[in-house]
Amino acid sequence: MNSASNADGLAVELRNVGYSLDNRQIVGGVNFRVAHGETLVLLGRSGAGKTTTLKLINRLLQPSSGEIFIEGRPQLEWDPIRLRRRIGYVIQDVGLFPHWTVEQNVGMVPRLESWPEPRVRQRVREMLELVGLDVAKFAGRNPSELSGGQRQRVGVARALAADPPILLMDEPFGALDPVTRAELQREFCELARRLQKAIVFVTHDLREALLIGTRIGLFADGRLIGVYQPDEFLHSSDAEARAFVDSLGAEGWDRGSPKISARGRKA
Amino acid sequence: MSFWHFLVNYRAEIFSRTLEHLLLVAAAMLAAVVVGIPLGIALVRRQNLRRWVLGAANVIQTIPSLALFGFLIPVPFLGGIGARTAIIALALYALLPILRNTYTGIAGVDPAVLESARGMGMTPAQILWDVQLPLSIAVILAGVRVAIIICIGVATIAAAIGAGGLGVFIFRGVAMVSNSVILAGAIPAALLAIGVDVILGVVEQKLTPRA
Repeated sequence: MNSASNADGLAVELRNVGYSLDNRQIVGGVNFRVAHGETLVLLGRSGAGKTTTLKLINRLLQPSSGEIFIEGRPQLEWDPIRLRRRIGYVIQDVGLFPHWTVEQNVGMVPRLESWPEPRVRQRVREMLELVGLDVAKFAGRNPSELSGGQRQRVGVARALAADPPILLMDEPFGALDPVTRAELQREFCELARRLQKAIVFVTHDLREALLIGTRIGLFADGRLIGVYQPDEFLHSSDAEARAFVDSLGAEGWDRGSPKISARGRKA
Repeated sequence: MSFWHFLVNYRAEIFSRTLEHLLLVAAAMLAAVVVGIPLGIALVRRQNLRRWVLGAANVIQTIPSLALFGFLIPVPFLGGIGARTAIIALALYALLPILRNTYTGIAGVDPAVLESARGMGMTPAQILWDVQLPLSIAVILAGVRVAIIICIGVATIAAAIGAGGLGVFIFRGVAMVSNSVILAGAIPAALLAIGVDVILGVVEQKLTPRA
């Protein structure tokens, strides 16, 4: 948590950022900072402004007010294309190019960045191994020949291929079956800890937020109403936070939750 | 004179009329593709233009072909008697299927694919050439295929305004009340249409992305 206030390690900073469309405010007054090695989860109901906020970071949307700093530099000073190639982007529907093989998909940004071909191929191999896909088996396949979980693994590999310091993830595991989702969540925690990227992760699933986030930013009605440590969140008195905690329901968070085991291994 | 006899005697003219026919179609298709594909792409980005442009192309398509040739004859610079007018009319006919399919193909590309392409830092030109066009090429080609078939058929009427082509035999045959002469135009025209359709069908299949 100290790293958040350490200006040197700061990867993303939003200062009073707002976004309006047709005179209607979608998000407003958003402030947060994300340091390298940290995963900030943006949690909220559908339509709360999480995805919009995420897209403001890589400039898929232009902020209507406020300022964004990427790696300490004002976002507007970055060329948007260069900026996006420094920021990995993973979305729920993955968006693999259906006319490209897995190898081509993963090698996309390194090739856009004109890396020498042997280095691209080497990097693709490393990335596929990193996300647990057998290179010999998967590199030549088309996305249509993959399962949902495999597709998202390729999506993560593609986002990490050019070694971006920042990673944006928009409900990456939301469309997967519960078993595969839990598997990918666990592996991703491990990955995030090893890679030390600055990660902004959007979800509406508190369970996932608690598992993956080093901090949790709670969104409601286009506002960031608070940023919590995971433990803090569970005991927050805020009504929206309580609503999320209550939604965990009878299964309860404390009984056999995946977080306990993840924490257990970490310790 | 028997039909076969006629074919043999007139093979030189049948060949040259077929060539003429193909040139009319090729010139018209070239113009329609050069205008239609970029315009179709532009329509995806300019939704407000879409209704007007597709509407206009639709209206042109509904004008009977002989009437369209007729309308063009008195138009200064563009019109008159001859091949130029015919090529313009054929190109106008070919425009709608090409426009519509280009628009449909490009607009039909999975939004998630486009979002990830933009999000990963592809430039607009890279998105167009490396993503949108490869993913919609089969649909665009299907439009080109329909347009060519329409053109080969309508081009037979071009003979009525002095543009030549296989229609010459058909009109001459009608005037002479000779089936042989009519067939000398009609059969090659039909074979052309079928042949081109089959060839482009195979190409289209090859280019269709595996789902």
